Amino acid sequence: MAKTHPVIVVIEDDPPIRRFLRTSLATHNFAVFEAETGKQGLIEAGVRKPDLLILDLGLPDMDGVEVIKSVRGWSAMPIIVLSARSNEQQKIDALDAGADDYLTKPFGFGELLARIRVALRHASRPAEHTQDEVFIVDALKVDLRNRVVSVDGNEIHLTPIQYRLLCVLIKHAGKVLTHQQILKEVWGPSYQENPHYLRIYMSQLRQKLESDPTQPKYLLTESGVGYRFKVG
Amino acid sequence: MNEPRLDPDQLLARVERDKAKAKRGRLKIFFGAAAGVGKSYAMLLAARERRAENLDVIVGLVETHGRADTEALLAGLEILPTRKIDYKGAVLQEFDIDAALKRRPAIILVDELAHTNAPGSRHPKRWQDIRELLEAGIDVYTALNVQHLESLNDDVGQIAGVRIWETVPDTVFEDADEVELVDLPPDELLLRLREGKVYLPQQAQHAIQNFFRKGNLIALRELALRQTTNRVDAQMLDYREDNAIREVWQVNERLMVCIGPNVLAERLVRAGKRLATSLRSAWIVVYVETPELARLPAEKRDGILRVLRLAEQLGAETVTLSAPEMSEALIRFARERNINKIVVGKPSRRGWRRWLLGSVVDVLISHAHNINIYLLGSPQLGEREELEAELSLFKKTPLPGLRQRIPSKTRRRYRGYLWAMAVTLLCTAVGKMLFGKVELANVVMVYLLGVVFVATHFGRGPSVLASLLSVGVFDVLFVQPFYSLSVADSQYLITLLAMLVVAIVISNLMVNVRAQAKVAAHRERRAAALYAMSKELAVAQSERQIVATAVKHLYAEFSSRNVILFANPAGRLIYPKQHSLPQSLRGADLSVAQWVYDHNEMAGHGTHTLPGSAAIYFPIQDEDKAIGVLALLPVNLRRVFLPEQQKLLETFLRQIGQAVARLRFAEQAKSTQLQIEAERLRNSLLSAISHDLRTPLSTIIGSASALVEDDGHLQAQHRLELGRAIYDEAERMANLVNNILDMARLDAGVVELNKQWHPVEEIIGTVLTRLQKHLARRKVSVSLPPGIPLVFVDAVMIEQVLINLLENAVRYTAAGSELEVFAQNVGNTMEISVADHGPGIPKGLEDKLFEKFYQARHESAQSGVGLGLAICRAIVEVHGGRIRASNKPSGGAIFTLTLPNDESPPLMEPEE
Repeated sequence: MAKTHPVIVVIEDDPPIRRFLRTSLATHNFAVFEAETGKQGLIEAGVRKPDLLILDLGLPDMDGVEVIKSVRGWSAMPIIVLSARSNEQQKIDALDAGADDYLTKPFGFGELLARIRVALRHASRPAEHTQDEVFIVDALKVDLRNRVVSVDGNEIHLTPIQYRLLCVLIKHAGKVLTHQQILKEVWGPSYQENPHYLRIYMSQLRQKLESDPTQPKYLLTESGVGYRFKVG
Repeated sequence: MNEPRLDPDQLLARVERDKAKAKRGRLKIFFGAAAGVGKSYAMLLAARERRAENLDVIVGLVETHGRADTEALLAGLEILPTRKIDYKGAVLQEFDIDAALKRRPAIILVDELAHTNAPGSRHPKRWQDIRELLEAGIDVYTALNVQHLESLNDDVGQIAGVRIWETVPDTVFEDADEVELVDLPPDELLLRLREGKVYLPQQAQHAIQNFFRKGNLIALRELALRQTTNRVDAQMLDYREDNAIREVWQVNERLMVCIGPNVLAERLVRAGKRLATSLRSAWIVVYVETPELARLPAEKRDGILRVLRLAEQLGAETVTLSAPEMSEALIRFARERNINKIVVGKPSRRGWRRWLLGSVVDVLISHAHNINIYLLGSPQLGEREELEAELSLFKKTPLPGLRQRIPSKTRRRYRGYLWAMAVTLLCTAVGKMLFGKVELANVVMVYLLGVVFVATHFGRGPSVLASLLSVGVFDVLFVQPFYSLSVADSQYLITLLAMLVVAIVISNLMVNVRAQAKVAAHRERRAAALYAMSKELAVAQSERQIVATAVKHLYAEFSSRNVILFANPAGRLIYPKQHSLPQSLRGADLSVAQWVYDHNEMAGHGTHTLPGSAAIYFPIQDEDKAIGVLALLPVNLRRVFLPEQQKLLETFLRQIGQAVARLRFAEQAKSTQLQIEAERLRNSLLSAISHDLRTPLSTIIGSASALVEDDGHLQAQHRLELGRAIYDEAERMANLVNNILDMARLDAGVVELNKQWHPVEEIIGTVLTRLQKHLARRKVSVSLPPGIPLVFVDAVMIEQVLINLLENAVRYTAAGSELEVFAQNVGNTMEISVADHGPGIPKGLEDKLFEKFYQARHESAQSGVGLGLAICRAIVEVHGGRIRASNKPSGGAIFTLTLPNDESPPLMEPEE
């Protein structure tokens, strides 16, 4: 029984939020373990070997980013961070340190559940396997083996960089990627200072793939943080 | 019922004086006729009595001169360590004023009021140290011999035949709260001297033969007694004034002392001081600089300067008048200032010269009615020279920095003489041509023209030379016998004499005219400089501008490097943070400046306080309170300390002070205004949020309690409804709180823009995605022209603006009506607009909408605190843009933000 339910460790210092997470996650058949501080949380994460970690960035004893780095030192478990509003840099730091996703407080439970599912799916299915597949979302179809992209059956011509960008986003579909992460993967480390490259290519990609680029269905902007390929 | 009453001004002055005195420490002087009368002894006895009364008495410095009985009295008293100064190999022990100020006793003993401090001390004189102690509220006991009083300097010099150099200004003595006369009959003093109680035996013998002659001692004792009596008289008068006893002396007594550039000046000042003291009147020392006097050699002018400074020290007001005629200027000034007594020296011109040329004194006597004139005897001829040689201030070492001589104009003068010769030669040539054709008298006229020309252009010397040469040449060439200087016809002697007189008179007139023109030009330049500065100061908008203006003008006027220092809130002067100007003084001594600021008195080079520092420090005052300090490093002290320059500098300082004060008042008024504004905002915030936070809370608590207290009666549909109500209201509250926090952050100015290049389309896309739920039943049409450039903005913030605008549009328009978002590049700006098809904005409210806590329709059920648009405006403004609201002609409101987009977008490397 214990193994069939995914295990989640919640590191959060605010008791009402812990209570809300515990109650709602338990009803969805997650085994929840709680920690109030970063140190305690690291111990819990080490002992329970959870399937997923929910981490509040504003902890009393240590910086949440440090917790992420520490965990990433020995585990690739998905980490979802909770952060306060209007603190984009904190989110970016957490994502760059290895967090998989973030949620801005206050958030609804539905949102959290969606993020948890995406993260767990990614964890159970390592990214490399997607290389050989054909990726289909709604009208968009990407044949990764033959490098063919089509919308509603019409083949779309993409430049190499546009295609590379699309592949990176698909590889991490559902997950938020920071500008830096994408720049590094598509253009290489020397382009880290040019986020407008990314924005312009993203805009080109939207023009080609989205029916209305101002109301994108696939290529979503995470304001101030990065991009996310929306699935489901 | 004619009650004698005090003039209210006087009463006020008295109250002020008493107030000032109450804060100050009290000064008690033990006053004696000569050394050895027992002043130190009496002082120590008094100190022991105070000690016995449990007062905190310490000894700052007492000279016991090895006297055993005096030394015995020191036992048991706390003695302040002296400061040791290494001066030219010798170690001097000086009173340590800083230690005293730090120790802060109730009473401190400091002997020898007239002492001169070792070079490098803060003040050159001990009485200045003591004044500082008094100002710090410490009571001081000190000792003084009569011969050291400044105004008695002459008398003592005459009596004892010794000039005393260590003097104390009379004001110090007069302002003492208590003077205790320590009196000892001369015989007893001499006895003590012989017994070796005053000096060591061999010194004693020397002293008895010289200074301590019995006659001297009697005279000195008389002086001391008289001085003390005068004080008692003055106290009596004060008492009578205090008690409104009818005054015997005239209220508006004003004394004017006129000085000239001679040895008498110093004596006149001292005499004036004595007279003023005995009359208890205000006194003014006046120097009239006539064009002739303006041409005096520098050392004489420095002498005058020194005498004026002495007068200031003695408590006089000093005035330098610039006028062509001395007596006229004096009379005019006397009338203006209601002078009723004039002190002048006896006329120096005697006999026929006085009769012929007149004398200032005679004119004064005949013109100044209602004014009493006091004449001070001038010394005998021989005596006068002696005085000049030995005593005069004119011969003392020059003022520091006043050594530079004005470069002589020999070359120019030399040229003048050459011209004189040339002109004579020319006249001779012309005369030669005319000779024989015209009357000889007309040839004379040619020469006269030549002389007049030289006189008008080159001054007295060359013109005299020209006239002599002309007369000579004329005599030789045109008067028989030719080629000889002998004059056959004696009538030509008259011609010669007339020519000479004309030459001298004209050149004198010209010289005076030129000098006056120069003075006038100087004055005009000064007036112009002042005007220029005050004009600039009047429009200065910041302290920085004031400082820049002042530094620039001070440099122009005084050729000095300057810096103006202001105090921080803790009252410590700090160096200005801004970049210094080329004329700025770097490396001003902050400790000196601080002293100046604290004491509101000038100090530094050429003054009596800390003369060792390189710069001069002046307090900048507003209504007699120091608000800053000017440190000025002159190239030449003369340019600062000449009376007229000093007045100019004072005016400059006053102007600067007023400008700073004006600015501070304005700032204060502004900050008060801001405070009122903030207060008003706080009030509206409180009333707005108390309503807007309570309403959703009531719903949340009510719905939640219904869920919690449910005993199974609620249907699933109702539970869902309650849950949704909680969710919606909580979301509303979250928005509200977010808005308040955003506004606070923007108001506090802590927002840092993270500007980057963004496609407009992406910004709009993000907004629409985030508002998906909100806009569920709305059609939003977006139109962007193809090829619209990137914008350089903080996207998160601009998104916030668009979100607020769209939310507002949804709130104020009918459900289902269409919304439009469009953008266009206009010149160097990017315009993004949000339009709706609602009722539009009520007329006249287009600007009011953006004010905090303003809601177009208060009755609206869809509440918000009215911060949304205020946040929009704040965000757009930090981007350097504008936001405006208007109504479309076709109906509905349109909000447009205009963002500057004048930076060139980044280049993109083309792909492949």
